[in-house]
Amino acid sequence: MPSALINVPKKAKRGDVIEIKTLMSHIMETGYRHTASGSVVPRDIITSFTCRFNGTELFRADLFPAIAANPFFTFFTTVTESGKFEFEWIGDKGFSETAQASITVE
Amino acid sequence: MANSEHTRRTFFGLTGGAAAMVIVRPANATPAMLQAAIRNVVGEANVRTGKVKLDIPPLVENGNTVPMTVSVTSPMTADEYVKSIHVFNEKNPQPNIGNFYLGPRAGRAQVSTRIRLADSQKVTAIARLSDDTFWSATADVVVTLAACTEEAI
Repeated sequence: MPSALINVPKKAKRGDVIEIKTLMSHIMETGYRHTASGSVVPRDIITSFTCRFNGTELFRADLFPAIAANPFFTFFTTVTESGKFEFEWIGDKGFSETAQASITVE
Repeated sequence: MANSEHTRRTFFGLTGGAAAMVIVRPANATPAMLQAAIRNVVGEANVRTGKVKLDIPPLVENGNTVPMTVSVTSPMTADEYVKSIHVFNEKNPQPNIGNFYLGPRAGRAQVSTRIRLADSQKVTAIARLSDDTFWSATADVVVTLAACTEEAI
C-alpha cells in the first residue's frame, strides 16, 4: 500500500521560513528495464506532486523516470497564518494519493 | 583449486550477462535531445551561468539514488523571486529529471530530491526568475553503479 511520510513543524512564528519534507512510497519503475526473458517492464511512475496551503498552490513538481524510487522532496515556505497543508501525488496506472498536515502560527 | 575454477566460471558468466545487457539497453539521451529539452523550457531566451547552486556528490557509488539540492540566490520577495527550477541530464534515456515550480511564498529558493543517473555525466539545473531571465549551474558526477541497467526480477 502506498504511504506518505510528511515532516512539517507543528508550530511556527509568523513570517518564519519553514522546511517541508515529503516522501511517498512508490517503485518509480522507469520503463527502461527488462525482465530476464527480455520483455520491457512497463513504466509506472508518479508524474506530478503538488503542495497546497489553505487551497493555494505553494510548490509543484513534474517527475520523470530519473527521480529515484520513493520520491522525496524538501522545499520551503514562508508561513503567515495557521492552516492546513495538502499534498497530492498523481501518477501512472491511476495512482493518486493525498496527505495533510496542520500548522499553528503564532 | 576447484573453488577458484568455480569463481572464474562465475565471473565469465557474469561478464557475458553484462555484455548481453548492454545490447538491450535503451539509447542514451543525445546532446540534441538535451538541447531540445532545454529549449522546450527556456525558448529563445539566453541562459546565463550563475545564481544557481547545484549540490550533488561528485562521486556516486549507486546511481539509483543520488541526493541533489538546487538552490538559487534570490530575495524571494513579491517582486523578485524564482518561478521554477528545471533539472536535466546528459546520458539517461531521457534528458529530463524534474521540473519544480516555486513562487514568492517559498521564502527560500531551494529544492532537494533524490535522482537516478544511468552513467557518469553532467547534470544541469536551470532556474527561471520572476523577470523571466534564466540562470544555470552544471555539475559533473562520476557514477560507479549505474541505474536502469539491472534486470528486473
